[in-house]
Amino acid sequence: MNDTFSRRRLLSAGALGAGSLLLAGCDKLSKAGPFRDAMEGVGSLHFGAQRALMGDALAREFSEADMSPNFRANGSRTGAANADWASHAANNFAQWKLKVDGLVLRPLELSLDALKALPQRTQITRHDCVEGWSAIGKWQGPQLSAVLGMAGLLPSARFLVFHCADLYEGKPYYESLDLIEAHHAQTILAWQMNGQHLPVDHGAPIRLRSERQLGYKQAKYVMRIEARSTLAGLYGGKGGFWEDSRGYQWWAGI
Amino acid sequence: MTDASDPPQVVKRHRLSTRLWHWINVVSVAIMLMSGLMIFNAHPRLYWGQYGANPDKAWLELPDFPGWITIPSYYSPADARVWHLAFAWVLGTAIAAYLIWSLINGHLKRDLLPKLSELSPGHLWQDIKDHAALRFPTGEAALAYNILQKLAYGGVLVVLLPGIILTGLAMSPGVDAAWHWLPELFGGRQSARSIHFLCAGGLVAFFIVHIAMVVLAGPVNEVRSMITGWYRLPQPRAKRSEDHE
Repeated sequence: MNDTFSRRRLLSAGALGAGSLLLAGCDKLSKAGPFRDAMEGVGSLHFGAQRALMGDALAREFSEADMSPNFRANGSRTGAANADWASHAANNFAQWKLKVDGLVLRPLELSLDALKALPQRTQITRHDCVEGWSAIGKWQGPQLSAVLGMAGLLPSARFLVFHCADLYEGKPYYESLDLIEAHHAQTILAWQMNGQHLPVDHGAPIRLRSERQLGYKQAKYVMRIEARSTLAGLYGGKGGFWEDSRGYQWWAGI
Repeated sequence: MTDASDPPQVVKRHRLSTRLWHWINVVSVAIMLMSGLMIFNAHPRLYWGQYGANPDKAWLELPDFPGWITIPSYYSPADARVWHLAFAWVLGTAIAAYLIWSLINGHLKRDLLPKLSELSPGHLWQDIKDHAALRFPTGEAALAYNILQKLAYGGVLVVLLPGIILTGLAMSPGVDAAWHWLPELFGGRQSARSIHFLCAGGLVAFFIVHIAMVVLAGPVNEVRSMITGWYRLPQPRAKRSEDHE
């Protein structure tokens, strides 16, 4: 009896020690290194599997009755740190122009009116934050594919980078899509939300909607779209602010 | 068959597939649970329906889970997602393979599917009383799962683990685009997230009872049988008390 008791104490002390070692080990394995690379490699199987599964499939579109009564604003609430954006905001973006450049045949500067004059798409979709919450809202704007069609992508273009006016933690926010997601029917440049001009805290004057991915891909305060052959060499090289700063996945379909 | 003078009878109890799956689960379920709690800490509120965020009514709001029970132990939902999204493949592949193999080799039907007679209230009540009194079966009878074991193991195998995987997939906007029916199956993405959390709670409850039962039934014999497959049949109680005298 005594024997089993002391053995039990030894075992529980051992378990406690092993537990804290394991936790410290997990923290260490979370940092950059071969184990993290392996985990990210396995995790990237989600990207391939989802692309194979979804093809051109559209994210579900909801009815007005399904909409969130109050759509939470998240991330940056203003682009005011960017002087250019701030001066346009003071003028209701009347003189504002979206730049489209990089690997394109015809660099563009499109006013808000020009974007409104393009064929419009309206979609009521669910916005899923990486943190876990969801909100359903109505978005309207031209399809990104229409704008890309006007600019004419060069054959070497592989990614579209969205340069934003907002700073997060003092760094410029940006995001990127590959050509498949950029040409998806629901990928729009939304200037309208819930039937009104896009509010400042939701990214005025335009916000990207890429409806098959999480919220951090829905870049706000978009000022410039740049066609690039690679994401390497731009900021942290991982294709987006959260990808660079925290290691969130570039493919945000999960 | 066992004579009182026989040495303890040792039998092959667990197939290789069961032992492999068990230990893969020990690792992958622990990692999924602990990284999942870190991801939950990013927004520790649960909702029912399609949407749910801070302005909406949560049915459950919890304080943050402490670092000693999360992976990583410091606040980083991003690092937790690296673990969670990688080990999801381990957990998912393992249970899919085990379910298919257990259908083929008859394990599900023979050992885990409850018989109708076992589901009678009288039989269930008797088994609950036996467990409460810590009267565990001995000899050959210890080789077959009793009804509470069948319900617990079967519940994990065909309800909790498939449920937690499907609700996990239902939270993915990419999978939802391909399979509109999947979040609908659970009543919307936020309901799926709530059920995901409840399934995790069910697995924790199973784990606690499972460990308690292993300790009570003889941890060395039980753990050895899950490693080597060999299990020493518990001797009838009467004989054991004689041994002690």
